[in-house]
Amino acid sequence: MTDLIAVENTGRSFAISDATVGDYFALMKPRVMSLVVFTALVGLVVAPGHFHPVLGFAALLSIAIGAGAAGALNMWFDSDVDAVMSRTARRPIPAGRVLPKEALAFGMTLAVGSVAVLGLVANWLAAALLAFTIFFYVVIYTMHLKRTTPQNIVIGGAAGAFPPIIGWAAATNAVGLESVLMFLIIFFWTPPHFWALSLRRAQDYARAGIPMLPVVSGFPETRRQILIYALVLAPVGASPWLLGYAGALYGATSIAAGALIVWLSWRIKILGDSTAGDRAAKRLFGLSIIYLFALFAVLLIDDWLGAPGRGLLL
Amino acid sequence: MTSDGGMDDDNNNGIVLTEEQKRRRRARSIAIALALGALVLLFYVVTIVKLGPGVLQRPG
Repeated sequence: MTDLIAVENTGRSFAISDATVGDYFALMKPRVMSLVVFTALVGLVVAPGHFHPVLGFAALLSIAIGAGAAGALNMWFDSDVDAVMSRTARRPIPAGRVLPKEALAFGMTLAVGSVAVLGLVANWLAAALLAFTIFFYVVIYTMHLKRTTPQNIVIGGAAGAFPPIIGWAAATNAVGLESVLMFLIIFFWTPPHFWALSLRRAQDYARAGIPMLPVVSGFPETRRQILIYALVLAPVGASPWLLGYAGALYGATSIAAGALIVWLSWRIKILGDSTAGDRAAKRLFGLSIIYLFALFAVLLIDDWLGAPGRGLLL
Repeated sequence: MTSDGGMDDDNNNGIVLTEEQKRRRRARSIAIALALGALVLLFYVVTIVKLGPGVLQRPG
């Protein structure tokens, strides 16, 4: 526990920090960061043209640190609700190991530093997109949407969807249609992924006063929405192949994985409030992570094989 | 008074950090030093890559 010690007769207080290096690392939400780094890497690698590997590494590092900054600023603002949710109560700020003002300073330093370095290493379009992503996640999602609307993670999901566009922009100084497709995949993936989790954490969210969809509209409506988004996600997931940007390997993977997501979402809907339904929600949450990693990994392999598809629609 | 608000160890009337607090402070300091060192190295390599042979050309 960080101790605030008042020194007599001076009116000043000093914080004796108990924070470990790991606490500051945890503030950056490393698991979210890994997804950001991976999707940004794919955007950067599949972009046309050659980008020097050293500059690519520096650009990816900037994007990762930028994502970490957004995570730290999110934890700074959300420390009150984190403290009452069992999933987040052990985070560094609610656990008392890091002071909110320390997390704020840490997050702001990383945010400014990452944007500046990305601008200098790659280009200012990529830097502006990174700055906008941090702003969107912290100000639009964390400070406003999260506490006011059940559509919080739908709109807020855009922040998590930007990294491939930033990676693409870092390599090309432009925003390509292919990177927009990658954005759309993550954007439509986010609702079924998070709602599958929120079905099982609804009481936690209700206690914290967060208007997640199951809390506001109930479980049946959430299950219906999961299925609707899964039905949209499946064709969007296959769109890089449908439009000829990816080869047959990607096409087969995205169709099979998309069908699995739709099938699991359907099972969640028909099983309803049951142990089997709860298990299906747990499986959808876990499999949705594998789904996203698999699609982006195959995009990378496809690019490496140099075998773009002919495109069914174009 | 030390820079972090604690008193020197030999002044027992002031704030004395526990051994664990000292260990964690040292770990944080090392992490900051390593991060700064890595940044210096990164900026150096990126400068060489971006400028190429031009890094040897002096203005004027």
